[in-house]
Amino acid sequence: MSLLSIENLSLDIAGTPILKDVDLTIEPGEVLGLVGESGSGKSMTALTVMQLLPEAARARGQVTFNGIDILKAPEEAMCRLRGDDLGMVFQEPMTALNPVKTIGEQVAEGIRWHTGASRANAEDRARAMLDRVGLPEAKFPLSRFPHQLSGGQRQRVVIAIACALNPKLLIADEPTTALDVVLQAQILELLRELVVENRMGLLLISHDLAVVADMADRVTILRHGEVMESGPTASVLTEQRHPYTRRLAEASTHVPARPHTPASPNTEPTRLLEVSNIVKDYPGARKGLFSRAKPFRAVDDVSFSLDTGHAVALVGRSGCGKSTLARMILALDTPTAGEIRLAGENLAGKSQRELRHARRDMQVVFQDPYGSFNPRHRVERLVAEPLHLLDEKPSAQNRRERVAEALHLVGLSPADMEKFPHEFSGGQRQRISIARAIITRPKLIVADEPVSALDVSIRAQVLDLFADLNHRLGLTYLFITHDLTVARAITDEVMVMHEGQIMERGPTHAVLDAPRTEAARALVNAAPDLNQSLKKRRHLEAGK
Amino acid sequence: MTAYLAKRLLIGLATLVVASMVVFAVLEVVPGDPALIMLGMNAEPEALATLREQMGLNQPLLMRYLDWASGMIVGDFGRSYTYSSPVIELIGERAAVSLPLALLSLVLSTVIALPVGIFAASRRGRPADTISMGVAQVGVAIPNFWFALLLIYLFAVWLRLVPAGGFPGWNAGLWPGVKALILPAIALALPQAAILARVTRSAMLEVLGEDYIRTARAKGMPRRVVLWHHALRNALIPVLTILGLQFAFLLAGTIIIENVFYLPGLGRLVFQAITQRDLIVVEGVVMLLVASVVLVNILVDIGYAIVDPRLRTRQ
Repeated sequence: MSLLSIENLSLDIAGTPILKDVDLTIEPGEVLGLVGESGSGKSMTALTVMQLLPEAARARGQVTFNGIDILKAPEEAMCRLRGDDLGMVFQEPMTALNPVKTIGEQVAEGIRWHTGASRANAEDRARAMLDRVGLPEAKFPLSRFPHQLSGGQRQRVVIAIACALNPKLLIADEPTTALDVVLQAQILELLRELVVENRMGLLLISHDLAVVADMADRVTILRHGEVMESGPTASVLTEQRHPYTRRLAEASTHVPARPHTPASPNTEPTRLLEVSNIVKDYPGARKGLFSRAKPFRAVDDVSFSLDTGHAVALVGRSGCGKSTLARMILALDTPTAGEIRLAGENLAGKSQRELRHARRDMQVVFQDPYGSFNPRHRVERLVAEPLHLLDEKPSAQNRRERVAEALHLVGLSPADMEKFPHEFSGGQRQRISIARAIITRPKLIVADEPVSALDVSIRAQVLDLFADLNHRLGLTYLFITHDLTVARAITDEVMVMHEGQIMERGPTHAVLDAPRTEAARALVNAAPDLNQSLKKRRHLEAGK
Repeated sequence: MTAYLAKRLLIGLATLVVASMVVFAVLEVVPGDPALIMLGMNAEPEALATLREQMGLNQPLLMRYLDWASGMIVGDFGRSYTYSSPVIELIGERAAVSLPLALLSLVLSTVIALPVGIFAASRRGRPADTISMGVAQVGVAIPNFWFALLLIYLFAVWLRLVPAGGFPGWNAGLWPGVKALILPAIALALPQAAILARVTRSAMLEVLGEDYIRTARAKGMPRRVVLWHHALRNALIPVLTILGLQFAFLLAGTIIIENVFYLPGLGRLVFQAITQRDLIVVEGVVMLLVASVVLVNILVDIGYAIVDPRLRTRQ
């Protein structure tokens, strides 16, 4: 008998169908990868097993866990299962822990609840579990609060909570999506160890084929609430019998075609951006009434330059200072020391008025296409926003023409300017933010994780768009990303940042294929790679 | 935590100093000569001049401010022109009514509002939620003096459980004193409770949508336990804020209720002092209120820090 078997599961929420006849099984000690794009119903499948669905949800079919009919089980029975035999880890570690309770309380709570252990006894077991997930007592006493931990550390606490009572099945819903690649590799390794140690079943939900190929024995591919294909990971992902599987795999490794002729090949490359010896200190935390900790150096003596028409990736782990550096280049933050020159003009110490000119030449695309628009403005107004940087205010007619042209360039229709942001999908919204960025015809675009919130197929299209605009408008890009696939797909050069410094710079392929520094090697080794993982897995499956 | 507290105390002190200047300056520009009011409109100019001299009204502004402010530090709020007794004694007598009244109604309103708000939030969208929030809406809308009259009719006139008004003084014993304050406290507490219940409900609903509530549920804890152990404490911050504001109101904003019940409270004192241009009393009461608001704010800030560990380390 399988540990978990889902048969003909259909689910609708307030009348909207979410899942249609989903089947899947997990055996003890097995890792099942559940793959799909956003809205495919992956999370809802998980929440059905946990019976933590929204109130308006109606599920039909059969869900059997360890011999228990989940859909018919009363709430008290589910409470006994959850946190004991059935654990769950969520995507967003920053908000998954209660901010007003210590990590010790939060881990011990479930243990006390299920076993009736005394407080002291439960705390001992919580301590042992936190040690197990890599949070040793010396640095992480039970009395720590969540806000004193980083994202990766918090995710370890969440895993400790879920695994405190050695569950038979762990459901992990995008457990590493919010983490950088190095942390991702560590967390995945931890999950793998827990599976082996306890013969735990793992339902790993992910949109990332490379992660699934690395982790899962079998894979189920979900689309619009229906199972497209399922089977052993290596054969499903290499043979790609189902057209949707093929599309997903192609999109995940998509490299946009880029004619390698930045702007005009005959002229000498011109310097667009020159960053010299830039430093950013943040004041240290207050220790007493009059004393402060040492200032924190977020960016430490960084110098580099960008040539017109080039696309450069700035990669590094979270907290390495890459976003701070980007903010200073965009003149949103003032450097503590150093100089930034855009087309020869020094930006440091300029007033907002004096910066208008420079702002016209540099625009930004942010990560979250949902949060970066005022939901009450029409697209025309949103896209036209940067036009106030022009010296002369364009006429209404001229403004509409410019917006129409920008929308056309990013592959949207001029008619879209009458719509509101909520009428667009995530990928279309990211196109709108690109339209907004190019409307002043800037020379430099700084893109901060511009595709990491997008599904793989949409991501491929947006990367194509970036490549196309680079070629057509001669744009210079600075891509800030922790995703090496993006860097590989679209940039000419890579800069690796670590603890505020740029450790390594070189042509993209050279750096990513043969990293020279420790920091770059750590990134490259941790980054999941679909083809390599598949090779390894085929080897494994052949060996069985 | 010490830095946090020290900073709150410093801010509180600075507020007091600035407030004393403003209070003094404002009453300085208000029309009405206290000496004239004491002697009546037909006073002899010489008598008026002598009285003004006695009262120190002829001294320069700064001197008078310093005199007044330094007096307050040692508890000397000056003498009332109309009552001919030290202001501190007047305030003391009245605060002996107003302070217990404010505390009693604050406790009542909290005891009613928190359970109702939490209950409504846990039954969001169901009849229990609709009904309790409907009642709260009515509670906000009812004028408290009308409700007070209703209470008097029901409990004092009809059931004869408590006196209809007046205050026997604490010398008459604890129970008669409390008995005289029960009805006014209820009348004051009800609208406050209605507001507080709504705030509690919306704060709870926001918290119940947070990820960590789902984490707690995934641990196997039933909804009810999660509500009390995980959600409530996180929802307390806005509740504390409202409680602080309500206390300040209950201390001095109760003049209507004091009149309905013939209570010798601070509200009536300050009202009489204003109509009689007894500026020194007005200044004293206002400063006392400012001080109590500052104190309550510090207490609320300490409450925040107890509830939310993140605030303890932030400056």
